[in-house]
Amino acid sequence: MAGLEIYKEKCIGCERCLGACRREALFMQEGIVAVLPEKCTACGLCVRVCPTEALKADRPPRPARQPRPQPVLDTPVEHGGVWVFVEQTDGKAARVSWELLGVGACLAADLGVKLAGVVLGHQVGELAKEAIAYGAGTAYLVDDPVLAHYRTQPYLHAVKQLVTRYRPEVLLLGATTTGRDLAGAVATELGTGLTADCTGLSIDREARLLEQTRPAFGGNIMATIFTEERRPQMATVRPRVMAMPARDDSRQGKVISERLDLAEDQVAVKVLEYVREAVAGTVNLADAEVIVSGGRGMGGPESFKLLAELAQVLDGVVGASRAAVDAGWMPYEHQVGQTGKTVRPKLYLACGISGAVQHLVGMQTSDVIVAINNDPEAPIFSVANYGIVGDLFQVVPALTRAARERLGSK
Amino acid sequence: MHIVVSMKQVPDTTQVRIDPETNTLIREGVPSIINPFDVHAIEEALRLRERYGGKVTLLSMGPPQAQESLQKGLSLGADAAFLLSDRAFSGADTLATSCALAAAIGKLSEQEPVDLVICGKQTIDGDTAQVGPGIARRLELAQLTYVDQVMSVDEAGRTITVRRKLEGAHEVVRAPLPALLTVVKEINEPRYAHLPELIRALRTQIPVWTAETLGVDPECIGLKGSPTKVRRIFAPPRRGGGEQVEGDPETAAAAVLDKLLAGKVIGA
Repeated sequence: MAGLEIYKEKCIGCERCLGACRREALFMQEGIVAVLPEKCTACGLCVRVCPTEALKADRPPRPARQPRPQPVLDTPVEHGGVWVFVEQTDGKAARVSWELLGVGACLAADLGVKLAGVVLGHQVGELAKEAIAYGAGTAYLVDDPVLAHYRTQPYLHAVKQLVTRYRPEVLLLGATTTGRDLAGAVATELGTGLTADCTGLSIDREARLLEQTRPAFGGNIMATIFTEERRPQMATVRPRVMAMPARDDSRQGKVISERLDLAEDQVAVKVLEYVREAVAGTVNLADAEVIVSGGRGMGGPESFKLLAELAQVLDGVVGASRAAVDAGWMPYEHQVGQTGKTVRPKLYLACGISGAVQHLVGMQTSDVIVAINNDPEAPIFSVANYGIVGDLFQVVPALTRAARERLGSK
Repeated sequence: MHIVVSMKQVPDTTQVRIDPETNTLIREGVPSIINPFDVHAIEEALRLRERYGGKVTLLSMGPPQAQESLQKGLSLGADAAFLLSDRAFSGADTLATSCALAAAIGKLSEQEPVDLVICGKQTIDGDTAQVGPGIARRLELAQLTYVDQVMSVDEAGRTITVRRKLEGAHEVVRAPLPALLTVVKEINEPRYAHLPELIRALRTQIPVWTAETLGVDPECIGLKGSPTKVRRIFAPPRRGGGEQVEGDPETAAAAVLDKLLAGKVIGA
């Protein structure tokens, strides 16, 4: 049965209800609205937009369910678990989401609970399957045009809907602009604890607590933080801090779809324009395998050309310390460090960089670090695999020549 | 327009060191500064006041010495400043902090409705970027983070249009007022304090509000109101140093490249 009552005498045929209905359950018959009972779920969206109160849903709104044969003993809705927010833009997932599924799998195993991905967006059903391929046992999916482009309010609403219903113990998000924007709002709304930019996550099994480790005071100290009572325990993690898990498209998992009970006209913020920066000239530090980075020792913007040459031969990109960016020698996109990007390349060349803690925080998990500095006491040498004490204006061109000899010109 | 800037006095963390023996912070001799991102927030508020008229009020939660930073903010040109200081606020994590600040902004709004709250994107000591969103959520303000340009304010239509800086992209967003912005450094070049404002700042009273003044629920603030607790503090793990590569530039360069090739770090 439909559960939708139509007061025909009130209907003025404006058809606003048809626009609101997501199930294609309404149609016009001789100028008056009519309903297809088998499609209507009495969600109430049409009731809300009707200007004359010609519609009434006599059941409280609930998410649509596909009819399917029910076993006699029905499996209860899943509760608990470790959840990872799968961030996406235009249907493409942010890589950090998969990295979090990787560490999430370990946390879930230690807690003895399931791992789930949370996919929000429009026409993102494929991402739910991708989340399963990267290790999620379940993917919670809220697919709605209102979620097509990230905005705080509808995403907060969707997460709150899911969390309230399915009650995860842990919720992880990438520490990206979107992740940080959303996490702060969600944690406050739920009155729970949130730890930002974690570099380490593990489980205290006895206490069933998430151990969240992060740098503080500009990276000068490390702190381990617990959220003892409130749930879910929330944490954000920067991209490239955790390793990517293996992808297995044959993995099986469950996709649980929920309806977003929020309409576009209830969202006050509007995105007027979205412009992707030009591909040429965009520096992709995050994915670079080789980074040639310059600091205060570079002395000025022109010197970075030397680094660019070396980077080109090594098939890498140019990075910069905060000192170089603040001095205006390089744009902020190139900044590596605590207030810049965290990078994890195979090779990081630090040229004229002293190695202040705030910089190290952003690159110390590189596979190999080579440091060039004319100060033998520079802290960078204490973390470098190979250190050259010398004049970078001689050493860097020498490296470029030696690299060309061995690798061929690029 | 009434604009509130939420700011914080922080130690200059580029100068903070950890004592390797005791694993504690050495804060002596480390100067206190206005959180650098908050300086940009103050500047943006002042520019909006220049464009649209109105008032800029500074707000900070901290120990009594935070008055100095509020005074610096006043000397840049802000109209008024309030300090939230109370033992009951101490030990607060970001949830408890946003509770106190939101309550204070609510109280300011009673006297003069607040149209806009501007915060820096994050502090350089906490580094969380959570308090801005927390305040927005509690006061039901539209939340706009990583703003690198305020394009316009439509006072009649009660909207604000801003540009947000995202990874590899930017977007232009319109939100209703009242709203909360968190701003990045690229948004503006902060001004220097000028003599007339410096003098006026010295004469301006900075009221100190306590938990009682705010009438805030004691369970929501300070250590009690903080769901996250620091369990352990330790020195960051030091990555082991490697080897010094000797010789003149040509020799050293060749040696390093050969090692990198041998280890398949490059040319793989």
